[in-house]
Amino acid sequence: MSQSIQEVQNEIIEEFSMLDGDMEMTIGYVMELGETLEPLEEEQKTDDNIVKGCQSKVWLDAKPNGDKIHFKADSNTAITKGLVSILVRILSDRTPQEIVDADLFFIDKVGLNRFIGTQRSNGLGAMIKQMKIYGLAYTAKAN
Amino acid sequence: MSDTSVVSNTLDIEAIRSQFPILHQKVNGKQLVYLDNAATNQKPQSVINALEHHYAADNANIHRGIHTLAERSTTAFEDTRKAVQAFINSNEVEEIIFTKGTTESINLVASSWGRKYLNEGDEIIVSGLEHHSNIVPWQLIAEEKGARVRAIPVLDNGDLDIAEFSNMLSNKTKLVAVNHASNSLGTINPVHEIIKMSHEAGAKVLIDGAQASSHLTIDVQALDADFYALSAHKMYGPTGVGILYGKRSLLEKMPPYQGGGEMIKDVSFDKTTFNDIPYKFEAGTPNIADVVAFKAAIDFINDLGKENIAAYEEELLSYATAQLNEIEGVRIIGQAQNKVSVISFVVDGIHHFDLGMWMDAKGVAVRTGHHCTQPLMDRFSIEGTTRASFSVYNTIAEIDIFVEALKDIIKKLKP
Ligand SMILES: Cc1ncc(COP(=O)(O)O)c(C=O)c1O
Repeated sequence: MSQSIQEVQNEIIEEFSMLDGDMEMTIGYVMELGETLEPLEEEQKTDDNIVKGCQSKVWLDAKPNGDKIHFKADSNTAITKGLVSILVRILSDRTPQEIVDADLFFIDKVGLNRFIGTQRSNGLGAMIKQMKIYGLAYTAKAN
Repeated sequence: MSDTSVVSNTLDIEAIRSQFPILHQKVNGKQLVYLDNAATNQKPQSVINALEHHYAADNANIHRGIHTLAERSTTAFEDTRKAVQAFINSNEVEEIIFTKGTTESINLVASSWGRKYLNEGDEIIVSGLEHHSNIVPWQLIAEEKGARVRAIPVLDNGDLDIAEFSNMLSNKTKLVAVNHASNSLGTINPVHEIIKMSHEAGAKVLIDGAQASSHLTIDVQALDADFYALSAHKMYGPTGVGILYGKRSLLEKMPPYQGGGEMIKDVSFDKTTFNDIPYKFEAGTPNIADVVAFKAAIDFINDLGKENIAAYEEELLSYATAQLNEIEGVRIIGQAQNKVSVISFVVDGIHHFDLGMWMDAKGVAVRTGHHCTQPLMDRFSIEGTTRASFSVYNTIAEIDIFVEALKDIIKKLKP
Protein backbone atom coordinates (compact mmCIF):
# COMPACT_ATOMS: atom_id res chain seq x y z
CA MET A 1 0.00 0.00 0.00
CA SER A 2 1.51 3.30 -1.03
CA GLN A 3 1.75 6.28 1.28
CA SER A 4 -1.12 8.69 1.63
CA ILE A 5 -0.86 12.32 0.54
CA GLN A 6 -0.60 13.14 4.22
CA GLU A 7 2.26 10.72 4.80
CA VAL A 8 4.27 11.89 1.80
CA GLN A 9 3.97 15.46 3.00
CA ASN A 10 5.14 14.50 6.49
CA GLU A 11 8.10 12.76 4.94
CA ILE A 12 8.98 15.87 2.94
CA ILE A 13 8.67 18.04 6.03
CA GLU A 14 11.05 15.67 7.80
CA GLU A 15 13.59 15.86 4.96
CA PHE A 16 13.56 19.64 4.88
CA SER A 17 13.80 19.94 8.65
CA MET A 18 17.33 18.59 8.40
CA LEU A 19 18.34 21.70 6.47
CA ASP A 20 17.71 23.91 9.51
CA GLY A 21 16.00 26.59 7.43
CA ASP A 22 19.29 27.46 5.71
CA MET A 23 18.18 29.06 2.48
CA GLU A 24 21.16 28.02 0.37
CA MET A 25 20.91 24.43 1.52
CA THR A 26 17.18 24.48 0.91
CA ILE A 27 17.65 25.70 -2.64
CA GLY A 28 20.38 23.15 -3.23
CA TYR A 29 18.15 20.37 -1.97
CA VAL A 30 15.19 21.52 -4.04
CA MET A 31 17.41 21.45 -7.12
CA GLU A 32 18.59 17.95 -6.28
CA LEU A 33 15.01 16.78 -6.06
CA GLY A 34 14.49 18.17 -9.53
CA GLU A 35 17.06 15.70 -10.85
CA THR A 36 14.83 12.83 -9.72
CA LEU A 37 11.83 13.99 -11.69
CA GLU A 38 10.55 11.51 -14.26
CA PRO A 39 11.42 13.16 -17.57
CA LEU A 40 8.71 14.68 -19.69
CA GLU A 41 9.16 13.91 -23.37
CA GLU A 42 10.17 16.92 -25.46
CA GLU A 43 7.06 16.55 -27.61
CA GLN A 44 4.93 16.95 -24.48
CA LYS A 45 6.42 20.38 -23.86
CA THR A 46 3.73 22.04 -25.89
CA ASP A 47 2.15 25.41 -25.37
CA ASP A 48 -1.02 23.59 -24.36
CA ASN A 49 0.85 21.98 -21.50
CA ILE A 50 2.43 25.22 -20.29
CA VAL A 51 1.33 26.51 -16.95
CA LYS A 52 1.78 30.23 -17.17
CA GLY A 53 4.46 31.76 -14.99
CA CYS A 54 6.48 34.86 -15.58
CA GLN A 55 10.14 33.98 -15.17
CA SER A 56 10.06 30.21 -15.32
CA LYS A 57 7.99 27.88 -17.44
CA VAL A 58 6.30 24.79 -16.15
CA TRP A 59 4.94 22.05 -18.40
CA LEU A 60 2.41 19.67 -16.93
CA ASP A 61 1.00 16.59 -18.57
CA ALA A 62 -1.73 14.41 -17.04
CA LYS A 63 -2.69 10.89 -18.14
CA PRO A 64 -5.21 8.48 -16.64
CA ASN A 65 -3.63 5.45 -15.05
CA GLY A 66 -6.40 3.07 -14.00
CA ASP A 67 -8.60 5.05 -11.65
CA LYS A 68 -5.72 7.41 -10.92
CA ILE A 69 -4.04 10.35 -12.62
CA HIS A 70 -0.38 10.17 -13.53
CA PHE A 71 1.40 13.51 -13.77
CA LYS A 72 4.59 14.29 -15.62
CA ALA A 73 6.12 17.74 -15.50
CA ASP A 74 9.20 19.79 -16.25
CA SER A 75 10.47 23.33 -15.95
CA ASN A 76 13.10 25.43 -17.66
CA THR A 77 14.60 26.49 -14.32
CA ALA A 78 16.26 24.17 -11.86
CA ILE A 79 14.58 25.51 -8.73
CA THR A 80 11.11 25.35 -10.16
CA LYS A 81 11.82 21.88 -11.50
CA GLY A 82 12.67 20.80 -7.97
CA LEU A 83 9.47 22.29 -6.61
CA VAL A 84 7.51 20.67 -9.41
CA SER A 85 9.05 17.30 -8.54
CA ILE A 86 7.77 17.67 -4.97
CA LEU A 87 4.24 18.34 -6.19
CA VAL A 88 4.40 15.39 -8.57
CA ARG A 89 5.67 13.17 -5.77
CA ILE A 90 2.69 14.16 -3.63
CA LEU A 91 -0.10 14.28 -6.21
CA SER A 92 0.79 11.87 -8.99
CA ASP A 93 -0.90 8.47 -9.11
CA ARG A 94 -3.75 9.59 -6.88
CA THR A 95 -7.44 9.40 -7.58
CA PRO A 96 -9.05 12.57 -8.94
CA GLN A 97 -10.94 12.98 -5.67
CA GLU A 98 -7.76 12.75 -3.62
CA ILE A 99 -6.14 15.40 -5.79
CA VAL A 100 -9.11 17.74 -5.52
CA ASP A 101 -9.27 17.31 -1.74
CA ALA A 102 -5.52 17.53 -1.10
CA ASP A 103 -4.53 20.06 1.53
CA LEU A 104 -0.92 20.98 0.75
CA PHE A 105 0.12 21.81 4.29
CA PHE A 106 3.80 21.02 3.64
CA ILE A 107 4.31 24.31 1.81
CA ASP A 108 4.03 26.42 4.96
CA LYS A 109 5.83 23.89 7.09
CA VAL A 110 9.00 23.68 5.00
CA GLY A 111 9.23 27.40 4.29
CA LEU A 112 8.56 26.96 0.61
CA ASN A 113 5.76 29.52 0.62
CA ARG A 114 8.52 31.98 -0.23
CA PHE A 115 8.84 30.25 -3.61
CA ILE A 116 5.31 29.16 -4.12
CA GLY A 117 3.90 32.44 -2.90
CA THR A 118 5.63 34.28 -5.72
CA GLN A 119 3.30 32.63 -8.16
CA ARG A 120 3.70 35.27 -10.72
CA SER A 121 7.38 34.58 -11.06
CA ASN A 122 7.47 30.81 -11.06
CA GLY A 123 4.07 29.56 -12.01
CA LEU A 124 3.95 27.08 -9.17
CA GLY A 125 0.72 28.32 -7.67
CA ALA A 126 -0.68 28.00 -11.15
CA MET A 127 0.65 24.46 -11.34
CA ILE A 128 -1.14 23.44 -8.15
CA LYS A 129 -4.31 24.93 -9.53
CA GLN A 130 -3.84 23.12 -12.82
CA MET A 131 -3.32 19.78 -11.08
CA LYS A 132 -6.55 20.31 -9.17
CA ILE A 133 -8.36 21.27 -12.37
CA TYR A 134 -7.24 17.96 -13.90
CA GLY A 135 -8.54 16.26 -10.76
CA LEU A 136 -11.89 17.99 -11.15
CA ALA A 137 -12.11 17.21 -14.85
CA TYR A 138 -11.47 13.52 -14.25
CA THR A 139 -13.95 13.46 -11.37
CA ALA A 140 -16.57 14.96 -13.64
CA LYS A 141 -15.79 12.38 -16.32
CA ALA A 142 -16.07 9.53 -13.84
CA ASN A 143 -19.47 10.75 -12.78
CA MET B 1 40.92 46.60 -4.20
CA SER B 2 38.46 45.49 -1.57
CA ASP B 3 38.31 48.58 0.53
CA THR B 4 35.98 51.48 -0.09
CA SER B 5 38.71 53.91 0.95
CA VAL B 6 40.65 52.98 -2.18
CA VAL B 7 38.06 54.71 -4.27
CA SER B 8 39.36 58.11 -5.19
CA ASN B 9 36.36 60.10 -4.29
CA THR B 10 35.36 62.97 -2.14
CA LEU B 11 32.31 61.17 -0.79
CA ASP B 12 32.41 59.48 2.60
CA ILE B 13 30.53 56.34 1.67
CA GLU B 14 30.37 54.91 5.18
CA ALA B 15 28.79 58.13 6.41
CA ILE B 16 26.32 57.95 3.54
CA ARG B 17 25.49 54.32 4.32
CA SER B 18 24.75 55.20 7.91
CA GLN B 19 21.91 57.39 6.66
CA PHE B 20 20.12 54.36 5.17
CA PRO B 21 18.62 52.25 7.95
CA ILE B 22 17.37 49.54 5.60
CA LEU B 23 20.87 48.57 4.51
CA HIS B 24 21.82 47.43 7.98
CA GLN B 25 20.00 44.15 8.13
CA LYS B 26 20.43 40.48 7.43
CA VAL B 27 18.33 38.57 4.95
CA ASN B 28 18.39 34.79 4.98
CA GLY B 29 21.03 35.01 7.67
CA LYS B 30 23.42 37.06 5.51
CA GLN B 31 24.26 40.76 5.45
CA LEU B 32 22.01 42.40 2.86
CA VAL B 33 23.75 43.57 -0.32
CA TYR B 34 21.18 45.62 -2.18
CA LEU B 35 21.93 45.79 -5.90
CA ASP B 36 18.44 46.33 -7.29
CA ASN B 37 18.69 50.08 -7.37
CA ALA B 38 17.43 50.54 -10.91
CA ALA B 39 14.08 49.11 -9.79
CA THR B 40 13.92 51.44 -6.81
CA ASN B 41 16.65 52.71 -4.57
CA GLN B 42 16.59 53.04 -0.80
CA LYS B 43 15.60 56.07 1.23
CA PRO B 44 17.84 58.08 3.54
CA GLN B 45 16.68 58.91 7.05
CA SER B 46 15.99 62.50 5.99
CA VAL B 47 13.31 61.32 3.55
CA ILE B 48 11.77 59.02 6.14
CA ASN B 49 11.82 61.88 8.65
CA ALA B 50 10.19 64.27 6.21
CA LEU B 51 7.40 61.80 5.61
CA GLU B 52 6.87 61.30 9.30
CA HIS B 53 7.08 65.01 10.05
CA HIS B 54 4.43 65.78 7.49
CA TYR B 55 1.91 63.44 9.07
CA ALA B 56 2.95 64.26 12.64
CA ALA B 57 2.98 68.03 12.30
CA ASP B 58 1.74 69.58 9.06
CA ASN B 59 -0.86 67.36 7.43
CA ALA B 60 -3.78 69.16 5.78
CA ASN B 61 -5.25 69.28 2.32
CA ILE B 62 -3.49 71.77 0.13
CA HIS B 63 -4.38 74.86 -1.88
CA ARG B 64 -7.94 75.14 -0.61
CA GLY B 65 -7.67 75.61 3.14
CA ILE B 66 -7.09 78.92 4.87
CA HIS B 67 -5.97 77.57 8.21
CA THR B 68 -2.40 77.28 9.39
CA LEU B 69 -1.84 73.61 8.68
CA ALA B 70 -3.21 74.00 5.17
CA GLU B 71 -0.80 76.85 4.68
CA ARG B 72 2.15 74.80 5.91
CA SER B 73 1.23 71.80 3.83
CA THR B 74 0.72 73.87 0.73
CA THR B 75 4.02 75.65 1.20
CA ALA B 76 5.92 72.38 1.67
CA PHE B 77 4.19 70.89 -1.37
CA GLU B 78 5.04 73.87 -3.56
CA ASP B 79 8.59 73.96 -2.19
CA THR B 80 9.13 70.53 -3.72
CA ARG B 81 7.91 71.86 -7.05
CA LYS B 82 10.51 74.61 -6.84
CA ALA B 83 13.19 72.09 -5.91
CA VAL B 84 12.28 69.99 -8.95
CA GLN B 85 12.36 73.07 -11.14
CA ALA B 86 15.90 73.79 -10.02
CA PHE B 87 16.86 70.10 -10.25
CA ILE B 88 15.96 69.83 -13.93
CA ASN B 89 16.44 73.53 -14.67
CA SER B 90 13.04 74.23 -16.14
CA ASN B 91 12.32 77.79 -17.08
CA GLU B 92 9.21 78.10 -14.92
CA VAL B 93 7.93 76.34 -11.86
CA GLU B 94 4.47 75.95 -13.47
CA GLU B 95 6.01 73.59 -16.02
CA ILE B 96 6.36 70.92 -13.32
CA ILE B 97 3.31 68.67 -12.94
CA PHE B 98 3.15 66.15 -10.12
CA THR B 99 2.08 62.65 -11.11
CA LYS B 100 2.40 59.29 -9.46
CA GLY B 101 5.46 58.42 -11.47
CA THR B 102 7.06 58.17 -14.87
CA THR B 103 4.36 55.81 -16.08
CA GLU B 104 1.59 58.24 -15.32
CA SER B 105 3.57 61.13 -16.77
CA ILE B 106 3.92 59.31 -20.08
CA ASN B 107 0.27 58.30 -20.06
CA LEU B 108 -0.68 61.91 -19.41
CA VAL B 109 1.13 63.06 -22.54
CA ALA B 110 -0.18 60.16 -24.61
CA SER B 111 -3.77 60.84 -23.54
CA SER B 112 -3.80 64.59 -23.53
CA TRP B 113 -1.29 65.66 -26.15
CA GLY B 114 -1.78 62.50 -28.21
CA ARG B 115 -5.53 62.82 -28.30
CA LYS B 116 -5.34 66.39 -29.51
CA TYR B 117 -2.47 66.23 -31.98
CA LEU B 118 -2.21 62.73 -33.39
CA ASN B 119 -3.99 61.83 -36.61
CA GLU B 120 -4.29 58.89 -38.92
CA GLY B 121 -1.01 58.02 -40.60
CA ASP B 122 1.12 59.89 -38.06
CA GLU B 123 4.15 58.20 -36.59
CA ILE B 124 5.47 57.98 -33.06
CA ILE B 125 9.06 56.86 -32.78
CA VAL B 126 10.17 55.07 -29.64
CA SER B 127 13.33 53.02 -29.27
CA GLY B 128 14.17 49.37 -28.90
CA LEU B 129 15.55 50.18 -25.45
CA GLU B 130 12.27 51.37 -23.99
CA HIS B 131 10.58 50.24 -20.83
CA HIS B 132 7.05 48.96 -21.49
CA SER B 133 5.75 52.16 -19.91
CA ASN B 134 7.22 54.13 -22.81
CA ILE B 135 5.79 51.75 -25.41
CA VAL B 136 2.31 50.69 -24.38
CA PRO B 137 0.77 54.16 -23.82
CA TRP B 138 1.83 55.06 -27.37
CA GLN B 139 0.42 51.85 -28.77
CA LEU B 140 -2.89 52.56 -27.09
CA ILE B 141 -3.24 56.08 -28.44
CA ALA B 142 -1.82 55.07 -31.83
CA GLU B 143 -4.46 52.39 -32.16
CA GLU B 144 -7.17 54.85 -31.29
CA LYS B 145 -5.90 57.39 -33.79
CA GLY B 146 -4.73 55.14 -36.60
CA ALA B 147 -1.18 56.26 -36.00
CA ARG B 148 1.86 54.00 -36.05
CA VAL B 149 4.54 53.26 -33.47
CA ARG B 150 8.03 52.56 -34.78
CA ALA B 151 11.18 51.68 -32.86
CA ILE B 152 14.76 52.84 -33.33
CA PRO B 153 16.90 49.69 -33.63
CA VAL B 154 19.47 48.80 -30.99
CA LEU B 155 23.04 48.01 -32.01
CA ASP B 156 24.92 44.97 -30.69
CA ASN B 157 26.70 47.00 -28.02
CA GLY B 158 23.43 48.38 -26.68
CA ASP B 159 23.63 51.80 -28.31
CA LEU B 160 20.78 53.13 -30.42
CA ASP B 161 21.27 53.13 -34.18
CA ILE B 162 21.19 56.89 -34.66
CA ALA B 163 21.91 56.66 -38.38
CA GLU B 164 18.81 54.55 -38.81
CA PHE B 165 16.86 56.94 -36.61
CA SER B 166 17.77 59.71 -38.99
CA ASN B 167 16.28 57.67 -41.85
CA MET B 168 13.11 57.01 -39.91
CA LEU B 169 12.36 60.66 -39.26
CA SER B 170 9.95 62.26 -41.71
CA ASN B 171 7.14 64.74 -41.83
CA LYS B 172 4.90 61.94 -40.55
CA THR B 173 6.84 61.83 -37.28
CA LYS B 174 4.82 63.68 -34.67
CA LEU B 175 6.54 62.52 -31.51
CA VAL B 176 9.76 60.84 -30.46
CA ALA B 177 9.76 59.16 -27.05
CA VAL B 178 13.04 57.70 -25.79
CA ASN B 179 14.70 57.13 -22.48
CA HIS B 180 17.63 59.16 -21.24
CA ALA B 181 19.19 55.98 -19.89
CA SER B 182 18.14 52.36 -20.31
CA ASN B 183 16.99 50.46 -17.24
CA SER B 184 17.97 47.10 -18.74
CA LEU B 185 21.37 47.81 -20.25
CA GLY B 186 22.38 51.12 -18.72
CA THR B 187 22.98 52.77 -22.10
CA ILE B 188 22.97 56.55 -21.88
CA ASN B 189 21.28 57.80 -25.01
CA PRO B 190 22.42 60.87 -26.92
CA VAL B 191 19.19 62.68 -26.10
CA HIS B 192 20.52 66.10 -26.98
CA GLU B 193 21.24 64.93 -30.51
CA ILE B 194 17.96 63.00 -30.72
CA ILE B 195 15.99 66.07 -29.68
CA LYS B 196 17.77 68.27 -32.19
CA MET B 197 17.18 65.83 -35.04
CA SER B 198 13.54 65.38 -34.06
CA HIS B 199 12.90 69.11 -33.90
CA GLU B 200 14.43 69.55 -37.33
CA ALA B 201 11.88 67.04 -38.58
CA GLY B 202 9.13 68.95 -36.82
CA ALA B 203 8.48 66.36 -34.11
CA LYS B 204 8.07 66.87 -30.38
CA VAL B 205 10.18 64.83 -27.96
CA LEU B 206 9.42 63.15 -24.66
CA ILE B 207 12.36 61.95 -22.60
CA ASP B 208 11.81 59.17 -20.08
CA GLY B 209 14.26 60.16 -17.37
CA ALA B 210 13.40 57.43 -14.88
CA GLN B 211 16.90 55.97 -14.95
CA ALA B 212 18.73 59.23 -15.48
CA SER B 213 17.37 61.17 -12.54
CA SER B 214 19.68 59.87 -9.84
CA HIS B 215 22.78 59.57 -12.00
CA LEU B 216 22.91 62.28 -14.64
CA THR B 217 22.66 66.04 -14.65
CA ILE B 218 19.38 67.02 -16.21
CA ASP B 219 18.86 70.37 -17.88
CA VAL B 220 15.60 70.41 -19.81
CA GLN B 221 16.31 73.81 -21.29
CA ALA B 222 19.78 72.93 -22.54
CA LEU B 223 18.31 69.71 -23.95
CA ASP B 224 15.34 71.61 -25.36
CA ALA B 225 13.14 68.66 -24.31
CA ASP B 226 9.43 69.16 -24.88
CA PHE B 227 8.48 66.70 -22.14
CA TYR B 228 10.56 65.04 -19.47
CA ALA B 229 9.31 62.38 -17.04
CA LEU B 230 10.83 60.95 -13.87
CA SER B 231 9.96 59.01 -10.69
CA ALA B 232 10.95 60.05 -7.16
CA HIS B 233 11.41 56.47 -5.98
CA LYS B 234 14.36 55.95 -8.29
CA MET B 235 16.14 58.93 -6.78
CA TYR B 236 16.10 58.10 -3.05
CA GLY B 237 12.58 59.49 -2.76
CA PRO B 238 9.21 58.02 -1.91
CA THR B 239 7.13 55.78 -4.13
CA GLY B 240 3.98 57.14 -5.70
CA VAL B 241 5.40 60.47 -6.86
CA GLY B 242 6.84 61.56 -10.14
CA ILE B 243 6.83 64.57 -12.34
CA LEU B 244 6.08 65.51 -15.85
CA TYR B 245 7.92 68.51 -17.19
CA GLY B 246 6.37 70.11 -20.23
CA LYS B 247 7.07 73.36 -22.01
CA ARG B 248 4.48 75.94 -21.03
CA SER B 249 3.54 76.58 -24.64
CA LEU B 250 2.63 72.90 -25.02
CA LEU B 251 0.98 72.32 -21.67
CA GLU B 252 -1.28 75.34 -22.06
CA LYS B 253 -2.73 74.02 -25.30
CA MET B 254 -3.23 70.50 -24.04
CA PRO B 255 -6.65 69.39 -22.78
CA PRO B 256 -6.95 68.18 -19.18
CA TYR B 257 -6.00 64.61 -18.47
CA GLN B 258 -8.45 63.87 -15.67
CA GLY B 259 -11.38 65.83 -14.33
CA GLY B 260 -12.06 66.62 -10.71
CA GLY B 261 -11.26 69.08 -7.96
CA GLU B 262 -8.22 71.34 -8.11
CA MET B 263 -8.03 71.29 -11.90
CA ILE B 264 -10.98 73.59 -12.48
CA LYS B 265 -11.54 77.34 -12.35
CA ASP B 266 -15.33 77.37 -12.37
CA VAL B 267 -17.81 74.57 -12.70
CA SER B 268 -21.38 74.85 -13.84
CA PHE B 269 -23.56 72.43 -15.74
CA ASP B 270 -23.39 74.72 -18.73
CA LYS B 271 -19.69 75.30 -18.84
CA THR B 272 -16.63 74.40 -16.83
CA THR B 273 -13.42 76.33 -17.16
CA PHE B 274 -10.09 74.88 -16.27
CA ASN B 275 -7.39 76.01 -13.93
CA ASP B 276 -4.00 77.22 -15.14
CA ILE B 277 -1.02 74.92 -15.41
CA PRO B 278 0.19 73.00 -13.52
CA TYR B 279 -3.09 72.59 -11.61
CA LYS B 280 -5.05 71.83 -14.76
CA PHE B 281 -3.27 68.46 -14.78
CA GLU B 282 -3.45 67.76 -11.05
CA ALA B 283 -7.05 66.70 -10.47
CA GLY B 284 -7.97 65.55 -6.99
CA THR B 285 -6.00 65.51 -3.75
CA PRO B 286 -2.46 64.63 -4.71
CA ASN B 287 0.00 62.43 -2.83
CA ILE B 288 0.89 65.34 -0.56
CA ALA B 289 3.09 63.61 2.00
CA ASP B 290 5.24 61.86 -0.56
CA VAL B 291 5.59 64.99 -2.65
CA VAL B 292 6.74 66.85 0.47
CA ALA B 293 9.26 64.11 1.31
CA PHE B 294 10.49 64.09 -2.28
CA LYS B 295 12.20 67.40 -1.56
CA ALA B 296 14.37 65.74 1.08
CA ALA B 297 15.51 63.27 -1.59
CA ILE B 298 16.43 66.07 -3.97
CA ASP B 299 18.31 67.80 -1.16
CA PHE B 300 20.14 64.55 -0.44
CA ILE B 301 21.33 64.34 -4.05
CA ASN B 302 22.21 68.02 -4.21
CA ASP B 303 24.15 67.87 -0.96
CA LEU B 304 26.33 65.06 -2.27
CA GLY B 305 26.57 66.62 -5.72
CA LYS B 306 25.46 64.87 -8.88
CA GLU B 307 28.97 64.91 -10.32
CA ASN B 308 30.38 63.24 -7.22
CA ILE B 309 27.66 60.61 -7.28
CA ALA B 310 28.19 59.97 -10.98
CA ALA B 311 31.96 59.71 -10.61
CA TYR B 312 31.67 57.26 -7.73
CA GLU B 313 29.04 55.13 -9.45
CA GLU B 314 31.22 55.07 -12.54
CA GLU B 315 34.02 53.55 -10.44
CA LEU B 316 31.63 50.94 -9.09
CA LEU B 317 30.44 50.14 -12.59
CA SER B 318 33.87 49.78 -14.12
CA TYR B 319 35.09 47.69 -11.19
CA ALA B 320 32.08 45.36 -11.46
CA THR B 321 32.39 45.18 -15.23
CA ALA B 322 36.04 44.19 -15.02
CA GLN B 323 35.25 41.55 -12.42
CA LEU B 324 32.40 40.03 -14.41
CA ASN B 325 34.46 40.01 -17.58
CA GLU B 326 36.91 37.69 -15.86
CA ILE B 327 34.33 35.03 -15.07
CA GLU B 328 34.05 32.32 -17.69
CA GLY B 329 30.57 31.83 -19.07
CA VAL B 330 29.38 35.30 -18.06
CA ARG B 331 28.29 37.56 -20.90
CA ILE B 332 27.47 41.19 -20.22
CA ILE B 333 24.54 42.42 -22.28
CA GLY B 334 25.02 46.08 -23.14
CA GLN B 335 28.54 47.40 -23.53
CA ALA B 336 27.83 50.93 -24.61
CA GLN B 337 30.53 53.51 -24.13
CA ASN B 338 28.30 55.62 -21.92
CA LYS B 339 26.37 53.78 -19.25
CA VAL B 340 24.71 54.53 -15.96
CA SER B 341 25.59 52.09 -13.17
CA VAL B 342 23.56 49.17 -14.47
CA ILE B 343 25.10 45.87 -15.48
CA SER B 344 23.01 43.17 -17.11
CA PHE B 345 24.38 39.74 -17.83
CA VAL B 346 23.59 36.17 -18.74
CA VAL B 347 25.43 33.04 -17.66
CA ASP B 348 25.78 30.09 -20.03
CA GLY B 349 23.64 27.16 -18.96
CA ILE B 350 22.17 28.85 -15.89
CA HIS B 351 18.71 30.35 -15.88
CA HIS B 352 18.55 33.85 -14.41
CA PHE B 353 15.72 32.79 -12.12
CA ASP B 354 17.88 30.13 -10.45
CA LEU B 355 20.75 32.56 -10.24
CA GLY B 356 18.65 35.32 -8.70
CA MET B 357 17.05 33.00 -6.16
CA TRP B 358 20.41 31.67 -5.10
CA MET B 359 21.85 35.19 -4.90
CA ASP B 360 19.00 36.08 -2.56
CA ALA B 361 19.85 33.10 -0.39
CA LYS B 362 23.30 34.68 -0.08
CA GLY B 363 21.81 38.04 0.88
CA VAL B 364 22.42 39.65 -2.50
CA ALA B 365 19.40 41.37 -4.03
CA VAL B 366 19.60 41.51 -7.82
CA ARG B 367 16.92 41.74 -10.46
CA THR B 368 16.16 38.94 -12.88
CA GLY B 369 13.86 38.73 -15.87
CA HIS B 370 13.06 40.96 -18.79
CA HIS B 371 13.00 44.18 -16.73
CA CYS B 372 9.81 45.32 -18.50
CA THR B 373 11.73 45.52 -21.78
CA GLN B 374 10.59 42.46 -23.67
CA PRO B 375 11.28 43.86 -27.15
CA LEU B 376 14.87 44.49 -26.06
CA MET B 377 15.25 40.92 -24.76
CA ASP B 378 13.91 39.66 -28.10
CA ARG B 379 16.47 41.83 -29.85
CA PHE B 380 19.26 39.97 -28.05
CA SER B 381 17.45 36.61 -28.39
CA ILE B 382 17.34 36.12 -24.65
CA GLU B 383 14.51 35.58 -22.22
CA GLY B 384 15.95 37.81 -19.58
CA THR B 385 19.07 38.78 -17.70
CA THR B 386 20.37 39.12 -14.21
CA ARG B 387 20.89 42.78 -13.44
CA ALA B 388 22.98 44.44 -10.77
CA SER B 389 22.57 48.19 -10.43
CA PHE B 390 24.37 50.52 -8.08
CA SER B 391 23.55 53.57 -6.03
CA VAL B 392 25.83 55.90 -4.14
CA TYR B 393 25.66 53.81 -0.95
CA ASN B 394 27.02 50.67 -2.60
CA THR B 395 30.65 49.75 -2.08
CA ILE B 396 33.48 47.92 -3.78
CA ALA B 397 33.33 45.45 -0.89
CA GLU B 398 29.70 44.71 -1.78
CA ILE B 399 30.63 44.14 -5.40
CA ASP B 400 33.24 41.68 -4.19
CA ILE B 401 30.55 39.81 -2.23
CA PHE B 402 28.32 39.80 -5.30
CA VAL B 403 31.12 38.54 -7.56
CA GLU B 404 32.15 35.83 -5.09
CA ALA B 405 28.51 34.77 -4.77
CA LEU B 406 28.22 34.59 -8.53
CA LYS B 407 31.37 32.48 -8.86
CA ASP B 408 30.18 30.12 -6.15
CA ILE B 409 26.75 29.68 -7.72
CA ILE B 410 28.24 29.06 -11.14
CA LYS B 411 30.48 26.40 -9.64
CA LYS B 412 27.48 24.74 -8.01
CA LEU B 413 25.08 24.97 -10.92
CA LYS B 414 27.26 24.60 -13.97
CA PRO B 415 25.99 21.51 -15.80
C1 LIG C 1 13.41 53.55 -18.03
C2 LIG C 1 12.18 53.45 -17.22
N1 LIG C 1 11.05 54.05 -17.63
C3 LIG C 1 9.92 54.01 -16.93
C4 LIG C 1 9.83 53.33 -15.74
C5 LIG C 1 8.54 53.32 -15.00
O1 LIG C 1 8.65 54.03 -13.82
P1 LIG C 1 7.50 53.97 -12.73
O2 LIG C 1 7.22 52.53 -12.51
O3 LIG C 1 8.12 54.64 -11.55
O4 LIG C 1 6.33 54.71 -13.27
C6 LIG C 1 10.96 52.68 -15.26
C7 LIG C 1 10.88 51.91 -14.00
O5 LIG C 1 11.33 50.79 -13.90
C8 LIG C 1 12.15 52.74 -16.01
O6 LIG C 1 13.26 52.14 -15.58
